[in-house]
Amino acid sequence: MSLDRRAVMAELVRDAGDLLVVAGLGSATYDLGAAGDRAENFYLWGAMGGAAMIGLGLALAQPSRRVLVATGDGEALMGMGALATIAAAGAPNLAIAVLDNRRFGETGGQTSHTGLGTDLCAVAAGCGWQATARARTMAEVAALRPRLRAEALFAVVEISPDEVERFLPQRDGTWIARRFRAALGIGPD
Amino acid sequence: MTAWQNEVFEALKESGVQQIGYVPDAGHAITIRRAEADPSIRAVVLTTEEEGVALTAGAWLGGQRAALLMQSSGVGNTINMLSLAGNLRMPFLAVVTMRGEWGEFNPWQVPMGTATPAVLEAMGVLVRRADHPAEAGLVVRAAADLAFGSSVAVTVLLSQRLIGAKVFVQKPEERVEGGWREAGQ
Repeated sequence: MSLDRRAVMAELVRDAGDLLVVAGLGSATYDLGAAGDRAENFYLWGAMGGAAMIGLGLALAQPSRRVLVATGDGEALMGMGALATIAAAGAPNLAIAVLDNRRFGETGGQTSHTGLGTDLCAVAAGCGWQATARARTMAEVAALRPRLRAEALFAVVEISPDEVERFLPQRDGTWIARRFRAALGIGPD
Repeated sequence: MTAWQNEVFEALKESGVQQIGYVPDAGHAITIRRAEADPSIRAVVLTTEEEGVALTAGAWLGGQRAALLMQSSGVGNTINMLSLAGNLRMPFLAVVTMRGEWGEFNPWQVPMGTATPAVLEAMGVLVRRADHPAEAGLVVRAAADLAFGSSVAVTVLLSQRLIGAKVFVQKPEERVEGGWREAGQ
């Protein structure tokens, strides 16, 4: 639980290649931006609870590409039904990594449900995810990285609740989205 | 009521929709069944309607057109997620079967049914409406052209008059202790 969130995100997206990454609002978006801006990064600044489902729509539309949703425990909790929806839909090219600090970090550090007993890996397994994993050390995070690019994996990484300096990536949604689509070779609709 | 439902499905398919997220409703039953049977369309059953807004955003980011099917009671669940449509300036198309209006039996459907157009408009979604069977497919087609042609959010409300009031009991009711039941049971 002493893992630094920036180091964890940097490891998860190391040598990203053409990996498509959707980051949930708040710290996950800051962490992804801090790990290095890429056109294949989609940063959320709102729509709390929607990151996983954006990942599903994207994965279904781009079946030959790998999609990683990286988000926080609060964001994942708000969209918990998506774990059932994604398992039911089946998306072999989609993986989710939850950076779990057991806190609502943006709003004063209140304890979240994962700090009060909710086990998101158990929730995902109960929803039908065949592969779930939990990482507590950087060696375990490093072992997750290839699996997140090869399997329909739901992973929780236990990170330190310590706050880190804000890093704010681009927040103009129209620009982020069109840059992302252009990186996929998609023009105007 | 099957002809207009088939026309709604065909309007979506011919508009290039390849992902359909839905929370079921009887008025969408044929559209859902045909979407599930169509190899060019992915039908995704949702646990709540806001998932469908996020699904359509992801589909668009990945270069596919998507639509969301829901009942008016579900529109309230989508409110904050609809911020995606404006912030991304993305196409968004939803088809909503109305409850709580013509011939509604269940008063619990009335508040959200009544508020549905105002809620959508408050979030910047253009609202279109079909009241007659002959126009349902045409209105969906026009809404799809508008949404996908200019990256705006459009919702088609399918009137409860079109769908018919939900029939809860088939026979006359009789009062029994604690409530009512169909006569003759």
